[in-house]
Amino acid sequence: MNRRRMGFRGWLGQGVLCAVALVWLFPYLWMGLTSLKPLGEIISSPTALWPKQPTLAAYREVFRSLPLARYFFNTSVMALGIAALQITLALPAGYALAKLRFRGKRWAFGLIVATLLVPAQVRFVPVFSLLASVGLVNTLSGLILPFGVSALGTFLVRQALLNVPDSQIEAARMDGASELYIVYRLLAPLLKPTLVSLFLFSFVSHWNDYFWPLVLTTDDHARTLPLAIALLREQGTGVRWHLVMAGNVILSLPALAVFAAAQRHLLRAVTVRGFGG
Amino acid sequence: MKPSRRADPYWMLLPTLLLLFVFFVYPLIMLVEHSLFSWDLLTPARYVGLANYRSLWRSGDLWQTFTTTLSMSLAVVLGSMAAGLALALLLDRPGRLAAFVRSAVFSAYVVSWVSVGLLFLWLLDADSGIFSGLWRTFLGGRAPHWLGDPSLAPWAVAGVTVWKITGYALVIFLSGLQDVPPSILEAAELDGATATKRFLSVTWPFLRPTTLFVATTSLIASFQLFDVVRVMTQGGPVRSTTVFVYAIYEQLFLDLRVGRASAEAVVFFVILLLLTGVQFLLFRSEEST
Repeated sequence: MNRRRMGFRGWLGQGVLCAVALVWLFPYLWMGLTSLKPLGEIISSPTALWPKQPTLAAYREVFRSLPLARYFFNTSVMALGIAALQITLALPAGYALAKLRFRGKRWAFGLIVATLLVPAQVRFVPVFSLLASVGLVNTLSGLILPFGVSALGTFLVRQALLNVPDSQIEAARMDGASELYIVYRLLAPLLKPTLVSLFLFSFVSHWNDYFWPLVLTTDDHARTLPLAIALLREQGTGVRWHLVMAGNVILSLPALAVFAAAQRHLLRAVTVRGFGG
Repeated sequence: MKPSRRADPYWMLLPTLLLLFVFFVYPLIMLVEHSLFSWDLLTPARYVGLANYRSLWRSGDLWQTFTTTLSMSLAVVLGSMAAGLALALLLDRPGRLAAFVRSAVFSAYVVSWVSVGLLFLWLLDADSGIFSGLWRTFLGGRAPHWLGDPSLAPWAVAGVTVWKITGYALVIFLSGLQDVPPSILEAAELDGATATKRFLSVTWPFLRPTTLFVATTSLIASFQLFDVVRVMTQGGPVRSTTVFVYAIYEQLFLDLRVGRASAEAVVFFVILLLLTGVQFLLFRSEEST
């Protein structure tokens, strides 16, 4: 191996890596820079890369014109509610399917796996009229309930529980533990990595969700952040990009923060989704 | 194991099965029923038999939606798989820089579709967007109307989607590369096989199941594209980006035609089932070889 050739190829490799990083990071950078520019600088041509007079005016304007606190509250309650409900229900269901013998088990398992095939994009027409008929349009419950069960989550919890030896559960029963205690206090901690991945993945997907809140909300009461930020552009005159980008920074920062803090878990969720099913 | 009490498994499954029934099974039944009616949500529904399906077919809307969805999806799948595979081969190495670049690419998969849609709407803006600016500076003349030209818009939206989901293909390909035994690669290198030859005769055969998996899951996911279309083009210009879910959404919320929207959703569901069936068969034949 020739050292100098390695050196050149090494540099070339590093250069290519940096170029790839730029393709994915430049859009975020541009979003941040645009949000700091006054409108005049944005529409002047050619556009300067760095803001000449950086200003937070766009953020002030977004905070002034939108009830952001309410949107944050709605989005957090919805995403946390869905993720928590999914885990809470998946544990006992997965336990029954993995560990208990009972009549109708195959039927129940089949139903859960079959619903994996029905995406929200197919369900929304009837679910919308169903929720409308019971007055749940424009409510947080209406946003949470249709996603309260994750068929995939139940399936993955079941798979993970198959690896837990029966003897551990029998020992707990001998000690007089109730089934609820066994599910939530004994087995849940054993499944921690799976549950953390499921929770975070569900939280981020629903924090980001646009489709369902769009279908199910018509006013500010239950409106979520992605919807509000998208509306910011539709209601604007079309050129107020500094406001849209400031809103976009506010929307994407929490997702990017979760990503930075828990990348490992999210990666795990993606690969498990891949090879678990 | 025997349950401690006979009722235990039933109440443990009850909430899950109840919600699945209310929000999955019952809606599917309702969907099929609605598709046989003409209903605008305001006046009483009227039974029309298969008229909704017939009109979808005869008007050509269904076929147009299908071809738009299919061509955009194929572009997305091919683009993101090629980029994901190339990046996986490039980034399958130790080192901080490689780890950083992996994170950068994957981050787009975690950010919302709305964020990405708005971001590229601005980057591709015909007047002040940076793409148009660069085009004017380096190539001169007017930049193409990326999102305003019906012949360009579907590919622009597909390109944005590729940027967003390449991280998915990258992650799956990276984990697939772990299945390639290093000893065989080393032996091939000692025999003097070039990098291209090593890839074609060693790496690629091991990646086949991974490739099949990425291809089918991304295709099924791409068929369900909606957010990026709603944010960037609203199905236009001239319906050139009206994909299935957008078409259904439009029928229901803009035209208030519940029956027609339901009929289109039924057709869409059948197509998704067929795609899943093909995926299943492909995997079974892959496993048996």
